[in-house]
Amino acid sequence: MDKITRRKFLTLTGVTAAGALAAGATQVDWSHLMTAAQQNPLDPDAGVLVVVTLYGGNDGLNTVVPAADRAYQNARPELAYKPEEVLDLGEGLGLNPGMKGLKSLWDANQLAIVRGVGYPKPDHSHFRSMAIWQTASPETSVPTGWLGRWLDASGDDPLRAVSVEPVLPPLLAGAQTAAASMPVGGLTLPSGKLGTAFAALGAPQAGEDVWQARASRSIGDLHNAVKVLGGAVHGKAAGEQAKGQLGAQLDLVASLIEAGVPTRAYSVSLGGFDTHADERGTQQRLLTELDAALTPFAQRMAKTERGKQAVVMVYSEFGRRVLANASQGTDHGTAGPMFVLGNGVRAGFHGAQPSLTDLDNGDLKESTDFRDVYATMLEGVLGTEAGKVLGDHSGRVDTLLST
Amino acid sequence: MAVLDERDAVRRLYDRFGFGPRPGELDAGGGFDAALAKLLDPAAAASDVGVKATPAPQVALPGKRDKADAAAKKQANAQVRDQAVQVVTWWLDRMVAADVASGERLTWFWHGHFATSEQKVKSPALMLAQNETQRRLGLGGFTGLAKAMVVDPAMLIWLDGNSNKAGSPNENLAREFMELFALGVGHYSETDVREAARVLTGWTAQRDLADAKFVPKRHDGGSKQVLGSSGDFDAQSFVDVVLSRPESARFIVDRLWFRLVSPTPPAPDVMDRLVSAYGQGRDIRALLTAIAREPAFRDTTTTLVKQPVEWLVGLMRAVGVRPAELDTKTMTQVLAGLRGMGQVPFEPPSVGGWAAGGAWLTTSAGVARLHLAQLVTAKADLSAVTGSKDPTEAIRSVLGVRAWSDRTRTALSGIGKDAKQLSTVAACAPEYVVSG
Repeated sequence: MDKITRRKFLTLTGVTAAGALAAGATQVDWSHLMTAAQQNPLDPDAGVLVVVTLYGGNDGLNTVVPAADRAYQNARPELAYKPEEVLDLGEGLGLNPGMKGLKSLWDANQLAIVRGVGYPKPDHSHFRSMAIWQTASPETSVPTGWLGRWLDASGDDPLRAVSVEPVLPPLLAGAQTAAASMPVGGLTLPSGKLGTAFAALGAPQAGEDVWQARASRSIGDLHNAVKVLGGAVHGKAAGEQAKGQLGAQLDLVASLIEAGVPTRAYSVSLGGFDTHADERGTQQRLLTELDAALTPFAQRMAKTERGKQAVVMVYSEFGRRVLANASQGTDHGTAGPMFVLGNGVRAGFHGAQPSLTDLDNGDLKESTDFRDVYATMLEGVLGTEAGKVLGDHSGRVDTLLST
Repeated sequence: MAVLDERDAVRRLYDRFGFGPRPGELDAGGGFDAALAKLLDPAAAASDVGVKATPAPQVALPGKRDKADAAAKKQANAQVRDQAVQVVTWWLDRMVAADVASGERLTWFWHGHFATSEQKVKSPALMLAQNETQRRLGLGGFTGLAKAMVVDPAMLIWLDGNSNKAGSPNENLAREFMELFALGVGHYSETDVREAARVLTGWTAQRDLADAKFVPKRHDGGSKQVLGSSGDFDAQSFVDVVLSRPESARFIVDRLWFRLVSPTPPAPDVMDRLVSAYGQGRDIRALLTAIAREPAFRDTTTTLVKQPVEWLVGLMRAVGVRPAELDTKTMTQVLAGLRGMGQVPFEPPSVGGWAAGGAWLTTSAGVARLHLAQLVTAKADLSAVTGSKDPTEAIRSVLGVRAWSDRTRTALSGIGKDAKQLSTVAACAPEYVVSG
């Protein structure tokens, strides 16, 4: 979907035009959220869920790599990572070499990996599969996202879920309520002479004291962040997001959590994972960016009481085919790993690693239904009975959360 | 080592032992020694007009809550929130109003040191009482302050004293007292923590009671061994044992140095001198005097990023804006602005207190800082700037900044004569955000 813009993609999932989103999402800015935190702060014991969506279908086998498996090496002669290249996780698996920060979190027992996550009768369309993940409804199309239904079920304040993405993702649209979005304008900077003068404080000054130089640089970074966060709105292809966007989004989320904004669920995203050709370099660059955004976020969250309530969940709409294609890439596949991080998370592997030889038409067979993970998050982090959101889905990942 | 000249050393002293010089204060004469004597005068608070004019509010303890009655609970929560705003507004106002700001500055230091949060205590009256204790004892002997804090009602609620009883100890307060308040990590064993927790069993507090209560039947009596001493300690003698460790004095010196002088720890010879000034009496005032007289205090490179509260209070003092005189809506925006910068008094992020240095220089905090500066300057008396032929120079003088860099002068010159906009940008300039 290289030529398709994020906005168009979201429209094509069929959710954006429906439900509460038809009326337009509530747009909030930084001051609005801080005032809410001042007047109605989040209960310090309340869990907070941060959902990270990787758009484009991240190749799970080259993320959590079964490098020791002959079948993996044989299936992808050009594309496979050698055992000595990956960051060893045990059980014959290793992290992509771009994920050094997550490896250090793994070593410190702060990272959980749920393996083989998917759903029955997998769909290979980006749009359909992403819609399935975001609506949590594999069998039938529904007009509401799973966290949107959680909003519907638990009150009507849109501030309880906030998207820091440029466009509100379908997962946050309910029938009555949609999450608030804090897009570009969230960091409102003044215009005119005041804005120009403020921006000019970001210019480096030769010979300046180290802290003053840092203060100045933060003002420069701020103006860049405003540009970066705005970057993906205007017709840019999903694969061409400005670098550092996820880091900037998570930086904002961290500040909002620490400030006690009354928000229980946040959505952020990184695009560009649709890597049909010359996949290795592109994917490793993206995973490095993911790593560079997630690692400091997790470290920062561990330092405060409010931060310790946060749980991060990372997913993509599908993994890739086991066998490489002829252009050093992989085609749309099925199950993939999910990362889950946070103080309340039980580190280590969850779910079984799918077999590379017992395949379903060339694709991995899922070992864990993604709704098991969602249900676990709804009940363990958001404190809502999963049945209100996921119907009669009964599966859970029992040991994923320690609380 | 390049050193500050006398005037800049006085400026730094006002920054570090107060919230920055008020306009004209640097020209009062007398130099460094006179400024130091004024800031650390034991009689200062009693005769301080600004302090006298801002007595602490009377805040009622929260009533007994009927948990079954949802409406009553909601109303009680709303009352607690209103009280919390009242208390934080008062304290910010007091910081701005005090003529000699060192008492409030040290109270602010101790609040960050014994970091206790209203978020869990949920009793503004008890938070205020703790604050008053820190103010009353904060410039005296550390022994008295530490002994008050270990049985302070808000502290007992914050660190789970109520769950700490014979047979089922809760180690939270015992551990943090040694790790974060009085000794430092690595200078005690896990056995010491367990034994210290036993010592502190029996101390309870409730958010609707003014005083902590010692309940003998919850106390684990008998001999304990803490830090190599054994005896049937009580909370007060436990504090004596901890504070008598040589590492304790170094820890307290280090903490004050970190917040008031530099993130770089004092050199060994400096540390030795400061520990001896602190002395057997654990005298904070004597320690501060010694810190100010260290040559390193005048080192040009020991700059500090102002914490958001320090920055805001300094700005308000400079341009004459009093929190108590702001309307409710503006005050809400001010507190939201502080929240956006990451620091609201009475709400430290954890028992470890607030971050320092670069943590205050995030991009989102930059937005909050700018909005906050706009709020303050909108209410400010800027006649000194408006009436000046050189407004850029005038706002420098009002804010007590040593000199503008070329970068900042260029930025400010683009604004022209609009005093509010000029002050807003000047308050966000690196030369003001960082204490030189």
